[in-house]
Amino acid sequence: MEKTWNNKAWFMVLPVLVLVAFSAVIPLMTVVNYSVQDTFGNNEFFWAGTDWFTDVLHSDRFWDALTRNLIFSAIILAIEIPLGILIALNMPKKGLGVPVCLVLMSLPLLIPWNVVGTIWQVFGRVDIGLLGYTLAALGINYNYVNNVFDAWVTLIVMDIWHWTSLVVLLCYAGLVSIPDAYYQAAKIDGASRWSVFRYIQLPKMKRVLLIAFLLRFMDSFMIYTEPFVVTGGGPGNATTFLSIDLVKTAIGQFDLGPAAALSIIYFLIILLLSWIFYTVMTTSDAQK
Amino acid sequence: MARINLDHIRHAYGPSPKSPSDYSLKEVHHEWNDGGAYALLGPSGCGKTTLLNIISGLLQPSEGKILFDGRDVTYLSTQDRNIAQVFQFPVIYDTMTVYDNLAFPLRNRHVPEGEVDRRVNEILEMIGLADRAKKKAQGLTADQKQKISLGRGLVRSDVSAILFDEPLTVIDPHMKWVLRSQLKRLHKQFGFTMVYVTHDQTEALTFADKVVVMYDGEIVQIGTPAELFEKPKHTFVGYFIGSPGMNVLPAKIDGSSVDLDGQKVALSFAPKIAAGAKTELGIRPEFVRLGREGMPVTISKVEDIGRQKIVRASFASRPIAIVVHEDGEIPTDPRVTFDPSAINIYANSWRVTDSLPIGGAA
Repeated sequence: MEKTWNNKAWFMVLPVLVLVAFSAVIPLMTVVNYSVQDTFGNNEFFWAGTDWFTDVLHSDRFWDALTRNLIFSAIILAIEIPLGILIALNMPKKGLGVPVCLVLMSLPLLIPWNVVGTIWQVFGRVDIGLLGYTLAALGINYNYVNNVFDAWVTLIVMDIWHWTSLVVLLCYAGLVSIPDAYYQAAKIDGASRWSVFRYIQLPKMKRVLLIAFLLRFMDSFMIYTEPFVVTGGGPGNATTFLSIDLVKTAIGQFDLGPAAALSIIYFLIILLLSWIFYTVMTTSDAQK
Repeated sequence: MARINLDHIRHAYGPSPKSPSDYSLKEVHHEWNDGGAYALLGPSGCGKTTLLNIISGLLQPSEGKILFDGRDVTYLSTQDRNIAQVFQFPVIYDTMTVYDNLAFPLRNRHVPEGEVDRRVNEILEMIGLADRAKKKAQGLTADQKQKISLGRGLVRSDVSAILFDEPLTVIDPHMKWVLRSQLKRLHKQFGFTMVYVTHDQTEALTFADKVVVMYDGEIVQIGTPAELFEKPKHTFVGYFIGSPGMNVLPAKIDGSSVDLDGQKVALSFAPKIAAGAKTELGIRPEFVRLGREGMPVTISKVEDIGRQKIVRASFASRPIAIVVHEDGEIPTDPRVTFDPSAINIYANSWRVTDSLPIGGAA
């Protein structure tokens, strides 16, 4: 068949282009617009250059929130990934237990994020919450409202409750795809339970684990709803993550310039980390 | 190395089996000699792999006992039975090097590292992967991977038996031949008890001293390749072994003569048949003589397969295959005679030995 040489094909991608322009490019450029100007309302803008960026990057508030984010993500990953693997390894492989376990595991994932926050907010209250009341009755001084450590523990436990299932389901999918012959061969070879995990299950789960790791990192790094509902960023600024800080700056204080600059920096951090993960994943695949 | 006794073994995959058809493996009662090379031959789904997994301990039989050298091992795990098994599809440990893959079964059993090195190098040499010893196993082709699986089965020198579950399926024909001869040589050298599952009769006949033919969950015959060829105990063995398989023709037995739809054939013995049994005559295509004398046949097709010709014909309104030598002539008015010593009589598909009726057995 003769090939037709013209540029009409570009019209084919036009609808997508328009959609992306409205949903991503235009809002993003508006943010860029705000980040380099100052405004006092009335649609009056004054050129500010890179001032807002310099301000944000020199503020303790930004670095503190970023540190909190990184610590939170590190803790979450260090607990959820091994715990998820452990649960997946112990889930039944056949029989009635499989659907029961799968449904139980999916339940937390089906609950809207703000509801999860509300559940835990009530659950942890010392006066009426089951957890808070029980702990207080046991003589443990627990109060997430004014104790920094308690607030962090509550957020971490909540996130583990909410999201470990995702890691479990991904790992489980990896595990059930391992043919029986591998386990039989391992028995014949006299492999220990640890060797089976180390040389059969872990290598076969590697790809899904990388995805689980990436998803949990991105999600925990962008966490907003749950801490906003439970602690509102407090006590003090103890649980004020970048996203909460951003909303406070933009909607609370109406500092649109600094908020826009912060958004762009936040966006670049996530972009950078995603790129690093992507590179790590593709190079480890290329070794195969 | 061990003598293996299968004592009234039966197996059903479902719970509470009742009728014989619930059993994937009907009763097997048999002794496997120490140092023997056995081939389990049969079509897919006949229970070969089930039997193999029962011997290795991956599967617990529903009924019966397994003895190794007289010791009851029925409830012992695979590890305690000290069995090596090679599977149909390659199983390798991706993250390990080729060398470590082969060393794995030895290291798990705490064999001294010097001995490990000696054994692994020997196996590497045998499977021809010595130059890749230090490479990661995951980059290899399917047949190289299968060679590693094979190597892992052979690396231990003290095993009770080595079981092979169609191990050469993924290997290309030339390499199959090489590996099979190496297995054979290894067997002669070390005297392992080897059980080799296959559905390829050439593989079974070249590998084994004794071939165990299975059909529909039971062992129908155990014998040397020659016995399977000359005296198939069951009509299934007759047409499963040999290419083309045995001609099986419905026959009426009358004393020492057989009536094949009007054509009379004399027998050298008078088979005793239980009343009402379905009787058949079996004759291998190699022992049907085509010439100008005997019973008339109608030739429909002649296949020239090089060293011989296979004549497809119709005899007494039944299809029949005849093997003719490469330059044997095919007469215009073809007739056949049967070599009387090569005639087998079957009652209800089981061979009738001389004058002893065994019709209806199974």
